[in-house]
Amino acid sequence: MADTGTALGAPAERREGRDKVTGSARYAAEQNIPGRVHAWPVAAGITRGTIRAIDTGTALALPGVLAVLTHDDAPRLAPADDPTLAVLQDRRVPHHGWFVALVVAETLEEARAGAAAVRVEYDVEEHDVTLTEDHPGAYTPEQANGGNPAHREQGHPEEAFATADVRVDARYRIPPLHNHPMEPHAATAHRSGGRLLVHDSSQGATTVRATLASLFRLPEDDITVVSEHVGGGFGSKGTPRPHVVLAVMAALRTGRPVTVALPRRLLPDAVGHRAPTLHRFRLGAAADGTLVSSLHEVTTHTSRIKEFVEQAAVPSRIMYAAPHRLTTHRVVPLDVPSPSWMRAPGEAPGMYALESAMDELAVATGLDPVELRIVNEPDTDPDSGKPFSSRHLIECLREGARRFGWAQRDPRPRSRTEGPLLVGTGVASATYPVMVSPARASAHALPDGRFAVRINATDIGTGARTVLAQIAADALGVPLDRVRAEVGSSDLPPAPLAGGSSGTASWGWAVHEACTRLAALLAAHTGPLPDGGLRAHADTAGSADAGSDWARHAFGAHFAEVTVDTVSGEVRVRRLLGVYAAGRILNARTARSQFIGAMTMGLGMALTEGSTMDAASGDFVESDLASYHVPVHADVPDIEAHWIDEDDPHLNPMGSKGIGEIGIVGTAAAIGNAVHHAAGVRYRELPLTPDRVLEGLAGPL
Amino acid sequence: MDSMGSRNDSAGADDGAGRPGNGRGAAPGEPPDPAGGTGPAGRSAARHGTSRPPGRHHSEVTLRVNGTPRTLTVDHRSVLLDVLRERLDLVGAKKGCDHGQCGSCTVLVDGRRVNSCLLPAVALDGCDITTVEGLADGGAPHPLQQAFLDRDAFQCGYCTPGQLCSAVGAVAEAEAGHPSLVTDPGAPSGRPVPLGPDEIRERLSGNLCRCGAYPNIVRAVEDVIR
Repeated sequence: MADTGTALGAPAERREGRDKVTGSARYAAEQNIPGRVHAWPVAAGITRGTIRAIDTGTALALPGVLAVLTHDDAPRLAPADDPTLAVLQDRRVPHHGWFVALVVAETLEEARAGAAAVRVEYDVEEHDVTLTEDHPGAYTPEQANGGNPAHREQGHPEEAFATADVRVDARYRIPPLHNHPMEPHAATAHRSGGRLLVHDSSQGATTVRATLASLFRLPEDDITVVSEHVGGGFGSKGTPRPHVVLAVMAALRTGRPVTVALPRRLLPDAVGHRAPTLHRFRLGAAADGTLVSSLHEVTTHTSRIKEFVEQAAVPSRIMYAAPHRLTTHRVVPLDVPSPSWMRAPGEAPGMYALESAMDELAVATGLDPVELRIVNEPDTDPDSGKPFSSRHLIECLREGARRFGWAQRDPRPRSRTEGPLLVGTGVASATYPVMVSPARASAHALPDGRFAVRINATDIGTGARTVLAQIAADALGVPLDRVRAEVGSSDLPPAPLAGGSSGTASWGWAVHEACTRLAALLAAHTGPLPDGGLRAHADTAGSADAGSDWARHAFGAHFAEVTVDTVSGEVRVRRLLGVYAAGRILNARTARSQFIGAMTMGLGMALTEGSTMDAASGDFVESDLASYHVPVHADVPDIEAHWIDEDDPHLNPMGSKGIGEIGIVGTAAAIGNAVHHAAGVRYRELPLTPDRVLEGLAGPL
Repeated sequence: MDSMGSRNDSAGADDGAGRPGNGRGAAPGEPPDPAGGTGPAGRSAARHGTSRPPGRHHSEVTLRVNGTPRTLTVDHRSVLLDVLRERLDLVGAKKGCDHGQCGSCTVLVDGRRVNSCLLPAVALDGCDITTVEGLADGGAPHPLQQAFLDRDAFQCGYCTPGQLCSAVGAVAEAEAGHPSLVTDPGAPSGRPVPLGPDEIRERLSGNLCRCGAYPNIVRAVEDVIR
């Protein structure tokens, strides 16, 4: 820490906090520009087919309705790199909930009534939305999400498994999951004086601007995209989504500022979901628990218009040493909405499977689950052979075990009861890769002694403004309260999205570099600053995206205590504890909030969250917040998050790894393993709802 | 591609409502409003002003919002949430689901917490409305607002106004002796209910937070009632 007390790592308070608790922070739909009108989308009620006709006459006759946009007359877009953005361009309906019209009206009530009055006739075709492991359409893609090779194989995994002393062969199922940020996707678009101003609820306005420029054939310089306050995203706002395209279309058509705020019920079909994953996991080990073979096979779905493959087998490549290894993905294109990113894509479902299988292996070998993981700790990345830049999984496990009181655990399943409650504890490891992208930033020393850093970072709730100001203050060696961080507009130096747990590393690197240069300018400067102050710029292209000779990942360990009610089947989490090794923690306050928040989402994944693709209707059954159960206050105990100080020189100038996603990664498995310890029943399909739990308690699974 | 025939569908705009009593009053095919004026002037008045005359589909109401009487002509379909956000520019109350499922829109009506997305504004004539913008006393934040800052009881901030209003209402309800599901059934009726963490969690469970700030919110509420 700098002697100026600038406090990189200190628990600095969120800079926009006061605006958020007083209600003065404005989000994308809250831009009450004079003359602003509202648009309401019409979503297809069929699952596959073509539009035969759309009758807009009734809607247009309603009071307040200004326009109805359809494929017949909506602005023509340039070919879209992302097919989910090609809305209102043709008659095709590729999945349920595809937008087929947009009604623009003076008020929200009028727009909604107008949308309800639009009549659409379709030619309906048979659809298939049901994922199975033996689906004839399944294929092995070249790559899974994140550019990961879909298939990796080392040694002779099948043969080694067949001859192993101890074998686990298990299948796990995770249903579709929905991001459901509290702020539904929304955009306000305004064309004025040849410029296009868009307020978008997005995790990255730089990409939104580039995409809109391309789709609408406009110069990027004529577009400003602002994402000042964003009500959560969790991946679902990581790239532009259809609502922003619709808003711009409506603004161009009507000449008015237009807000499109998607109704909650339309989000699951329109903004991406975590694809369901079917896992087969085989672990072969020697009698002492040493792994000899690991095979992780994943089957998942994608839509007909876009190949997105949840990379759920990828974390199994780096976790444990095993000489013989297989990781592979198969994907089935179905008539379903396009899946996309949801917090820790790949790692969250994949580590549920791996860490559940490890728990099964612990039971099969009689080893303590913590010790089994330690026994199989690799010296280097098992997949690439590279050394780890830092890997403190064992320390996380040991520290977590100490804090949790793991040593007092009776390993026998169903060994602890309290009346009708079965009590159990479980552990799971977590990991998340270190990712970083180039960014640009500027740093400005003002004559009055204050400083401003500018970068198009996005604060989706992580506290980006705050931590970037801390990084800047640290690099400049000045007190934190003299530094202002400007983020959230494409008029600022371009920067990558808030996603992949890479935002702070990517933005912070550029801010650090700009501030380091500014500090050098200031050191060389004598006398008072000129009226305009002094400025420095940074562009980390070539450095942030340079390859590394190190395998770079964050690690963590999760511990859970649950009760299983033998009467109601309800599982409740009593204690949840995480210990993380994620490089240097840059803000203790906001980092802790991200860890416990992600663990809460993991609790939901384990116990309450699940969506069902209905074979008949082709739609998600649980598509609103009454039916899709995100955890509520009463579900969540006092969660503990801790971390280990990690000094890793191979990351970035701050020494930080990402922290936004690792918290969800091991949580579901830790809870599932605790349920097994409590009940003596191994459940392998999430979520662990009372009906499933009771069914399992009634008989052997 | 096999055609299975055709079908008419007007459900595309349905946002999943379909249940009664949810505050949606949209009537497809509703005839133009003779009193409302469909011309540009009428529209403009309906949106921004209070001069539009009441009629078959609009009525005049007076809401006392954060202490200030506000008289407006409202569309009968308008819910309190939309009147606050779209007509009065009080955007602190948030729209998370528009169906009473998430609590982001929570405000206080005559001191009681409500989901403002479920209440037709026309039914609230004469009511006292307190939104998050009205919690602070002059320039000083409400103690609960300060506690939320101290405890980092939010991340994205979108559920926060609803959590704050809901907590203010919940504390008052407990003080007035309203029991919750987790209140000891043997506790004396009508006496203030002490708010421990389980009581706070139960009473705030109508307010969803996807960022997962729940433990910090509970601590913030504990700070204030201590």
